[in-house]
Amino acid sequence: MPLAHRLYDSALVLAPSGRLDHDNCEAFREELAPFLERSAKERLAIVLDLAGLEYVSSAGLRCFMLAAKQAKAQNSRIVIAAMQPVVSEIFQIARFNLVFDAFPKVRDALAALSPAAAAAFDRG
Amino acid sequence: MRVRFWGTRGSIPVALTSADIRDKVAEALYRAQGRSFASVGEAYDYAVAHLDFSLTHTFGGHSPCVEIENGGDEYFVCDMGSGARPFGAHVLARQSGRPASVNVFMSHVHWDHIMGFPFFGPAYAAGTRIRIHGCHDTLEHAFRLQQAPPCFPVEFSQLAAQIEFVKLAPGRSHEVSGVQVTPAPQMHSGDSYGYRFEHGGKSFVYTTDSEHKLENRAQTDRFVRFFHGADVVVFDAMYSLADAISVKADWGHSSNIIGVELCQMARVKHLVLFHHEPAYDDATIESVLRETRRFEELTRGARALQISAAYDGLELDV
Ligand SMILES: [Zn+2]
Ligand SMILES: [Zn+2]
Repeated sequence: MPLAHRLYDSALVLAPSGRLDHDNCEAFREELAPFLERSAKERLAIVLDLAGLEYVSSAGLRCFMLAAKQAKAQNSRIVIAAMQPVVSEIFQIARFNLVFDAFPKVRDALAALSPAAAAAFDRG
Repeated sequence: MRVRFWGTRGSIPVALTSADIRDKVAEALYRAQGRSFASVGEAYDYAVAHLDFSLTHTFGGHSPCVEIENGGDEYFVCDMGSGARPFGAHVLARQSGRPASVNVFMSHVHWDHIMGFPFFGPAYAAGTRIRIHGCHDTLEHAFRLQQAPPCFPVEFSQLAAQIEFVKLAPGRSHEVSGVQVTPAPQMHSGDSYGYRFEHGGKSFVYTTDSEHKLENRAQTDRFVRFFHGADVVVFDAMYSLADAISVKADWGHSSNIIGVELCQMARVKHLVLFHHEPAYDDATIESVLRETRRFEELTRGARALQISAAYDGLELDV
């Protein structure tokens, strides 16, 4: 799974896409690892832009949980944005809505994290 | 086979409170606004047809006890939770004086799974034959211990029934009075075992108090083989997935999401959610059932998986 990324001031926006399940969740974790390290070093928050994620299984949800735990341990934060309806429903059913703050759009997530990040997003 | 649920709650028995009943009645009356019923029967029909299960029923509060009827004279039952008390009354009534032969299969000996045994009527009837099957070395010790002073007035050795303990080897198929039974080891504090019953071309899996580690692919594959093609799987769906893999990781239980995924992989026909969280009220369990059905719909492959939530009193044809 290609993990597109962009930096807006103090927020890293990562955009996994396709399906996240048993077969590719370990690869996803490996791709995510350097970004988590970077977020700790540079004090960056992470926004997972899920607009391109079509489906997530329990194994994929576990990756999100592990990432959230690591972020919490290193005093950083991960939020979710732009979930497709199916993924949003799965989050709800698995009670992941209680684990992550989720926002309708990437800009909403950035605005909640810092005005500077939202301003950087607006500048494009 | 026919499966009858005598106890479906996990960890500790619970009872409906007077506030629960009051709220159900008030809500039912509110929903029936503007209607009048000429008879109780008419009101009953309306309730069954138009009101939610959680308003007109309760999932019940007895801890695990699930009977399997195979059409023969002997009884088969999984676990001796508090549901064993009404199950025992059923056995005595049905036998009407004739001694019963009861085959018990124990998932493990945590208290919620053995606590009904001191109240299991047939254990006090001379002539009853009870064979308690399980894979734990501590099986007999646990049954004797819970009836030892100062915890219970009648010691195990005073029970009138003829009681034997039968150790089963996990992973192997055993023939017990015409039924094929295969135990499988499960992840739970002190270990637990699931059972697969096969009779008359049908298969039934009882798998409770079992945690599934998503990262353990070998374990997943083993359970997919254990469940494979089963007509009914009774599954420990006590927690949400988020709880099961974070704050309640290593507590030894699983979630509705994992139940659906394993049953889909194993091409199971019917998944029954079981070992309900004692803190959940009826409306919560009903909404978990609704969401689980929706999750199945969202993730459905070539064939649909039927999903139910077990309740005390539920009977299923397998
Ligand atoms: Zn239990
Ligand atoms: Zn247990």
